[in-house]
Amino acid sequence: MKIGLLHSLIRKEEKLLIEAFRKAGVEPIMIDDRKLIMDFHSAPDVDILVERSINHSRALHALRLFESAGVCCVNSHKVAQICGDKLLTTAALKDHGVAQPHSRVAFTEESALEAIEELGYPVVLKPAVGSWGRLLSKINDRDAAETVLEHKTVLGSYHHSIFYIQQYIEKQGRDIRSFVVADECIAAIYRSSDHWITNTARGAVASKCEVTPEIAEISLAAAKAVGGGIVAVDLFESDDGLLVNEVNYTMEFRNSIDTTGVDIPQVVANYVVGLVKQ
Amino acid sequence: MGECPVCAAEIEIAADAIAGELVICGDCGVELELLGTDPVKLAEAPSAEEDWGQ
Repeated sequence: MKIGLLHSLIRKEEKLLIEAFRKAGVEPIMIDDRKLIMDFHSAPDVDILVERSINHSRALHALRLFESAGVCCVNSHKVAQICGDKLLTTAALKDHGVAQPHSRVAFTEESALEAIEELGYPVVLKPAVGSWGRLLSKINDRDAAETVLEHKTVLGSYHHSIFYIQQYIEKQGRDIRSFVVADECIAAIYRSSDHWITNTARGAVASKCEVTPEIAEISLAAAKAVGGGIVAVDLFESDDGLLVNEVNYTMEFRNSIDTTGVDIPQVVANYVVGLVKQ
Repeated sequence: MGECPVCAAEIEIAADAIAGELVICGDCGVELELLGTDPVKLAEAPSAEEDWGQ
């Protein structure tokens, strides 16, 4: 069985996955995206590719080319494309009737300001492509809106002029990250912080969250909406129930194994091995 | 053992370490990438890029 593991830097997650594959009896074939050359016809000789690149853009394009060469990928290019772009994620969740915060997209400073005022302050302005809570702006009033929009337009690269505006959800200092592998929600954590951004990459603290039927249901629905596979779903607890904030396709889980008591990398490895055996 | 390319401190490399892995220098705290294990070769890890991480 030849399982390829597409990576760049080897983080804690990749080391844990390598160990998990070994426990499952497979030595993964390491494919460094920094050394990869694709010719549009063929791909490295693997039965399946597990995508673990740290760069979204490399992952997205490599997956397309591996699939084009006939290699099954986990996650698929489609999942990476949808999850890697908040606009596409929102559209997919909407198409599948999954609850999420209200949001707007606008393409000019003027229309973005109008959209922000329509949603009502505060709002959160996010880059359509981005992660780890970078370049998120919580906008509390019109002065801040005008300033941030102008800065984005003048200083940002072109994709910062696609304004993705999300209703601000008062989340009482925490959100939930759930982990989905195929058709099972295997674990969940709370991410708590005094800051309104609750990414663990930004210092939020992880603690165990019981997977309730409600969490499982919305997590599985979100995973299905983006194309399934192995994903982490970020959820807000709101007065209207759980809302899906984002779906992540190359999930980070180092802080969630001891916290949840679930051996996440082993579940992932066993799932991938099972896919090849099918 | 390897040597930190920034502060020249000696860095112990785990027996199961693999190329591409991140290593933190205990002396200066810089994040390093292990480029090779035999012989040990270390370089400053690349800085986070705009599309990194999830």
